[in-house]
Amino acid sequence: MEIGGELRELREYFKTGKTKSVTWRKSQLTAILDLIHENEDAISKVLHQDLGKHPVEAFRDEIGGVEKSASKSLSCVEKWMTPKKNDIPLLFFPAKGEVLSEPLGVVLIFSSWNFPIILALDPLIGAISAGNVVVIKPSEQAPACSSFLANTIPRYLDSNGIKVIEGGADVCEQLLLQKWDKIFFTGSPRVASVVMSAAAKNLTPVTLELGGKCPAILDSLPNPSEFKFAVKRIVGGKWGPCSGQACIGVDYLLVEERFSSSLIELFKKIIRRFYGENPLESNVLSRIVNKHQFERIRNLLEDPLVAASIVHGGLVDEENLFIEPTILLDPPLDSQIMTEEIFGPLLPIITLNNIQESIEFINAKPKPLAIYAFTKDETFKRKILSETSSGSVIFNDTLVQFLCDTLPFGGVGQSGFGRYHGKYSFDTFSHEKAVMHRKLFLEIEPRYPPWSRFKLEFLKLAYRLNYFGLLLHMMGFKLGLKRYN
Amino acid sequence: MSGEDSKTQKKVFDAETASSLVKELRENFGSGRTRSYEWRVSQVKVLLKAVLDNEEQIIDALRSDLAKPPLETVVYEIGMFKNSCELILKELKHWMTPEKVKTSIRTFPSSAEIVPEPLGLVLVISPWNYPILLSLDPVVGAIAAGNAVVLKPSEITPATSSVLAKIIEEYMDHSFVRVVQGAVDETTALLQQKWDKIFYTGNGKVGRIVMTAAAKHLTPVALELGGKCPAVVDSNVNLKVAARRIISGKWGLNNGQACVSPDYIITTKEYVPKLLDALKTELEACYGKNPLESEDLSRIVSSNHFARLSKLLNDDKVSGKIVYGGEKDENKLRIAPTILLDVPQDSLVMGEEIFGPLLPVITVNKLEESLDLINSGEKPLAAYVFTTDKKFKEQFVKNVSAGGLLVNDTSLHLVVETLPFGGVGESGMGAYHGKFSFDAFTHKKAVLYRSFAGDSSLRYPPYTDTKQRLMKALIGGSILGIIRALLGSS
Repeated sequence: MEIGGELRELREYFKTGKTKSVTWRKSQLTAILDLIHENEDAISKVLHQDLGKHPVEAFRDEIGGVEKSASKSLSCVEKWMTPKKNDIPLLFFPAKGEVLSEPLGVVLIFSSWNFPIILALDPLIGAISAGNVVVIKPSEQAPACSSFLANTIPRYLDSNGIKVIEGGADVCEQLLLQKWDKIFFTGSPRVASVVMSAAAKNLTPVTLELGGKCPAILDSLPNPSEFKFAVKRIVGGKWGPCSGQACIGVDYLLVEERFSSSLIELFKKIIRRFYGENPLESNVLSRIVNKHQFERIRNLLEDPLVAASIVHGGLVDEENLFIEPTILLDPPLDSQIMTEEIFGPLLPIITLNNIQESIEFINAKPKPLAIYAFTKDETFKRKILSETSSGSVIFNDTLVQFLCDTLPFGGVGQSGFGRYHGKYSFDTFSHEKAVMHRKLFLEIEPRYPPWSRFKLEFLKLAYRLNYFGLLLHMMGFKLGLKRYN
Repeated sequence: MSGEDSKTQKKVFDAETASSLVKELRENFGSGRTRSYEWRVSQVKVLLKAVLDNEEQIIDALRSDLAKPPLETVVYEIGMFKNSCELILKELKHWMTPEKVKTSIRTFPSSAEIVPEPLGLVLVISPWNYPILLSLDPVVGAIAAGNAVVLKPSEITPATSSVLAKIIEEYMDHSFVRVVQGAVDETTALLQQKWDKIFYTGNGKVGRIVMTAAAKHLTPVALELGGKCPAVVDSNVNLKVAARRIISGKWGLNNGQACVSPDYIITTKEYVPKLLDALKTELEACYGKNPLESEDLSRIVSSNHFARLSKLLNDDKVSGKIVYGGEKDENKLRIAPTILLDVPQDSLVMGEEIFGPLLPVITVNKLEESLDLINSGEKPLAAYVFTTDKKFKEQFVKNVSAGGLLVNDTSLHLVVETLPFGGVGESGMGAYHGKFSFDAFTHKKAVLYRSFAGDSSLRYPPYTDTKQRLMKALIGGSILGIIRALLGSS
């Protein structure tokens, strides 16, 4: 069926009100859990096919995350749906105020190729818990995963309310010509701009989950085991998720010059421990998703000055689209590798005289999705918090904010706007409708013209919620004081 | 001679000027001064003082631009703004405090908080109908959140725009708060720049232009638009009170030129004669026998809008449907409160937001039909229902989608600072008022604190079976699962 027709169907279904019921929402969330439980192997398989992801990585980063998110939403959705009571000033007595969350309607989710399962299903979980109908457009750059979603979702979920539409740029264009009630986009800033422009034609609200150059700051850590912990976490945060192809992956590292050589030695040791002597043959590292991305990343190393700064790695396997963990020391700051989001397994280390300079360095670049700071200096921590801006800040670790669903997950500036995870997912796909209830007795006479000075004074006092003053004012009137005009 | 010429020559505000303005403000913002509580509070206090000091000028300007009755100015424009400032002064410290959040076993040991920070440079574009309130309320919200702000007030209310410029230039911190006066050209130049947030109040057509411009820089926007706000009247109500409240929300707010004014009424065929009688009686009580001359009614803002509204009245499809009013005075740009009965759905007056003193009353056979009628149109900024029937009320609240709903009254909800004020669908996106204003101009930064203790090797490769089991259990978050995994089973 053509896209316009699919959308009409979805809209009609939404109008029936079925998706608003808590029963429907819970049934769909349960269905997602069933889908995950019954297809773990199949999911690992397609992730391996598209990205060479190891099953443990597939579980840790995708399957486990979806499971957790669906369970949480299932247990909380009813609570989230409960209207929130708000206080109304006494002046309006008798009155009641509340905020009702209602679904926006027809939602479009664009997911990206690097975490193709969770970045499709996690927003879907949010949209469903909020009672919407949904179209998912998975990335065509992860074709096995896209197929899997297109084939499996209809087997578990209500296909009247949830549809998967596969395809490339032309399908995206067609989708963007339609009128949506919300668009949730994960991907690059360039495409995000196109999506938002299209959304503007229908005043469709959007959430944009983008990326950026997420820096890691490594302060002086004299305790060797803490230093080792930090480096392990940085390695885990760089090459662990999809070989660096992650929006919250560590992009580059800032460290004081005097630590750089011991740091590089430690990196080499840990990389060897994690990925073996020959990382190109490691089955633990994801590969680069496709030839286009492979060449883009390889080109970052073409610049002779950049190539000269490689201190570890640099080997590539073009046939299998593998690039080994590569470390560079102080590549030129105006080179592409330092001006664009790397989204790959290359780690530039930038040395500074004093680690405090890292703040200025970070601020000279667009706001990233995350900043990772390894430090025990409380003053420095506070300075980083108050003088830099990013989606999130994590102290002494990498990536784990993704696991914390009480924290909003989203960007700022070039890294996007809007947020999700946990209840934020529910909120992002909801309209919070303010409702005020009044009664038809106990009038405030001065609300109505013809105007007089008395009424003006009354309203001024009312505005200040100056009840005593109001009382006096009313009494003054009752005592037969003149009405002014 | 050329020196004098350059002094008297009005400086053109083009893309280049806009670009230097933004560059300058960004550099200033980089100093960090607006982040301090002291700066924010001092600016809010100063702005409040500025408005109160200039109350007379403001009343005069609004009288000149809109013939707005002084009471409406004092109560709605100045009074509501004053309330916003006072709430900020009372609560800002609390709002600025990071919010601690719980963390789970999956990130143990850790602590987390959400830290509010300013977005940076904010552009506020305000409309002509409540030009003081709808300029300064967002501006003061942006300041409270620690941002630098540029205000672009409406050129359609020039006297007020001048007063706003004077207030901001004389009282506010020039390094961070500016006004740019002008019309389409100046607004276009401003929209070409990169802002950290744009707050627009106005109509859907320009709302789209604003969002499209914002898309180029991935700038988040808040759009406070309008729509046809319906008011449904049931037959089981105290009609006098209902009628007065409709009047207060319609003609009492800038003569219907307000985004939350009831645009049209829906009631049953059976009840409509009583409703019309009540409206007529109460209208006379409020505005006298010759409402066209009443000083208690605003005039129409401009000849363009006067022509637009006249066209709605001159539409063939509504001839013979005027049951009250209809008088116009083109010289004074006045239109009297006008009620139309059962105009066709495809008439001009039902096809766009009226934003004026015309009130169509549409009748249905059964009141339930009103819900379908409302939902067949675009989602409005507000919807109103007058009823004492609990079931119908619940149906209305549950099924009518609008920015906000008010039962048994009109417009008042926007005075309540604990309720978010904003639209949905065609009526806009984002919300403000009270703490929601602070939130609208804030980035809530997630912060997670971890220690070096408690690192588990199971995060890292090589991935063994035990590690896999443990990791599953850990992500699943169940203590039992973790114990089992550690013990080697499952």
